[in-house]
Amino acid sequence: MSIQKREKNLNFFEKLYIPEIMKGMALTLKSMFRPNVTLQYPEARFEPSSSYRGRPVLVQDNNGVERCVACGLCARVCPALAIEVQASETELEKERYPVKFEINMLRCIFCGFCEEVCPEEAIVMSKDYELVFKKRDDAIFGKDKLLVPVENLKERIEFLRAFK
Amino acid sequence: MPTLTVDGIQIEFNQGQTIIEAARAAGIEIPHFCWHPSLSVSGNCRVCLVEIEKMPKLAISCSTYASDGMVVHTKSEKTLQARNAVMEFILINHPLDCPICDEAGECKLQDYAYKHGKGESRFEEMKVRKEKRVQLGPYIKFDGDRCIMCSRCIRFSDEIAKKNQLTFVKRGDKVTVSTFPGESFDNPYTLNTTDICPVGALTNQDFRFKSRVWEMSNTNSVCTGCSRGCSTEIWVRNNEILRLTPRFNQKVNSYWMCDNGRLNTFKHVNAQNRIDGAYIRKEGQLQKVEWEEALKVAVKSLREYKNSEIAFIGSPFATCEDNYALLKFARSLGVSNIDFMNHILPGDQDEILIREDKTPNSLGAELIGLKNSSNGSSLDGIMKSVKEGKIKALFVMEDDIVSANQEYEKIFSKLELLIVNSSNQNETANLADIVFSASTFAEKNGTFVNFQGILQRIRPAVATEEMDRALDGMEMSRWDKFGTDYDRWLKGKKYDAKPSWKIFTMLSAYMEGKLKYDMAEDVFSDIAKSVENFKGLDYDSIGLEGVELKNIKSEARLAGVKNI
Repeated sequence: MSIQKREKNLNFFEKLYIPEIMKGMALTLKSMFRPNVTLQYPEARFEPSSSYRGRPVLVQDNNGVERCVACGLCARVCPALAIEVQASETELEKERYPVKFEINMLRCIFCGFCEEVCPEEAIVMSKDYELVFKKRDDAIFGKDKLLVPVENLKERIEFLRAFK
Repeated sequence: MPTLTVDGIQIEFNQGQTIIEAARAAGIEIPHFCWHPSLSVSGNCRVCLVEIEKMPKLAISCSTYASDGMVVHTKSEKTLQARNAVMEFILINHPLDCPICDEAGECKLQDYAYKHGKGESRFEEMKVRKEKRVQLGPYIKFDGDRCIMCSRCIRFSDEIAKKNQLTFVKRGDKVTVSTFPGESFDNPYTLNTTDICPVGALTNQDFRFKSRVWEMSNTNSVCTGCSRGCSTEIWVRNNEILRLTPRFNQKVNSYWMCDNGRLNTFKHVNAQNRIDGAYIRKEGQLQKVEWEEALKVAVKSLREYKNSEIAFIGSPFATCEDNYALLKFARSLGVSNIDFMNHILPGDQDEILIREDKTPNSLGAELIGLKNSSNGSSLDGIMKSVKEGKIKALFVMEDDIVSANQEYEKIFSKLELLIVNSSNQNETANLADIVFSASTFAEKNGTFVNFQGILQRIRPAVATEEMDRALDGMEMSRWDKFGTDYDRWLKGKKYDAKPSWKIFTMLSAYMEGKLKYDMAEDVFSDIAKSVENFKGLDYDSIGLEGVELKNIKSEARLAGVKNI
């Protein structure tokens, strides 16, 4: 095996350094007049596209009832065991609903498997990426924090229908 | 022996066996919905169609008798095509509601749809809708949509439960299962239909929506409802029993168990009135104390009496190990007043499974020697002596004898010392001076002897405070395996209870220390050494189906099994 030469053979001008520095300064100057890409978070906020996988949420239909039927597939498929579902019976046509639905956000790895496996389009990945807790218990989100009205999730649901 | 060839494998069979039976005996499974080994052949689901050489058409293997030299193909192209077509037909009107169906995960139709189905439907028309959520009987919900008309439940109620309560009504695609109008499906064995239902049409009301089947662990055990001792499985999630199901055991219960055993023998394990820890009566009230203190007080109090002033009551609800430890402990004190109470409900017995002796281990307790003629007074004698003040101290293990006989309450007021091992609060425990919380049948290892003399093992399915599912080799669900202390789904209540044999061993340690057992298995090997009927046995040799004990003179031995 031949020994690979790592450095470039510099020519005379490159060896002078000055022109190279000038080149770099020129690029800097050019960038000063380009549009800004850095966001001044938290004053300016990042708005993700619909393909973004933020925290998983439960879809609340217009009648105020969650779509979830507590089948437990999300809990089964979850590779991090973040989801716990307890089913119960309801008089509604769907027969079954989650009396308890908890996602441990410290376990969640935002893989989106729950969303993919859901037969009811009831759990989707939202655009919400701000998750801060002071206590372990605060990281366990119950139905109160998970339910999100369907209007707020339209983009993601349309994305799923197009690409899932 | 005649032979036939299935998928190129030559198998022997007995004359009179059908193809499906012969194949099953040889370990080859042919898909089936309506066929059940214990029921008559109905032949209506058609999914067991197989190709038989020299036969013009495919034949259903469940009602075609095997004959010598027959060549059967269960995986040929023709068979697979037919099976796919049958699956497609069955699935036409089957709703796609697996997400809300309790059967999902143990559903034959679901399994076969994966294995033998096409994976998609060509049916574009409206599915036929039928009645949902029909209360068919006291414990059963029926969903007409899901039913695939295999008639297993109908044949079960005719042939096994011997109550012709179910039938098909209507015709064609409107056919559904029903009772006679106004009648309820209410025989003592109805819930077996939920087990044999190949889909989720019949579901157990008591278990409805409580858990998905894959979230639970299942432990082999024995039903404690009567002296039949049906083989069961205990299904546990989050350290709580959610259901019991029968386990096949040809010698004892075949595939079945009664509704009472299934529904009413496990609720006490996680009940509100469980006793948690050891208690001593102080100033008229039972107060929780450390085990050590209670043990010391118990030993000290027992020492204050002459051995003729003490009596021990064993229990037919407790295991052989517990009763043996009681016997040995009593003997180490020189006490000979030992007996136990029978719980017989005269007349509550049938030809199928239910026995009038409502305890799982009365024969076991007897064989261990709790009703031995060399013992002193019998139960009645003990109670008479208590009444007369001759017996002043009584030890009652795992039996609520006061509820069973109300007269005892008055008699017990004469006692100076009453020590009780009990899992739950009851009238006997409430009268006690010292209470030790005993593990239930679902929390310990042990053995029961049923009325036929068959010895079976129970295993811990629910952990007590001193147990750890992994270290104690208990069955574990996925949740049990990967849960941590911070997961709310792993915070099921653990009770501070101990098996009775352990309580006696601990008591003994504060005395002469004659009982030296670390595990239930140690107690059993001691039994195997000293009790004639148990000679040569150990936990491994008992196996899943149990063993018949030697030299049992039970007139009921192996009776009634042929019927089921």
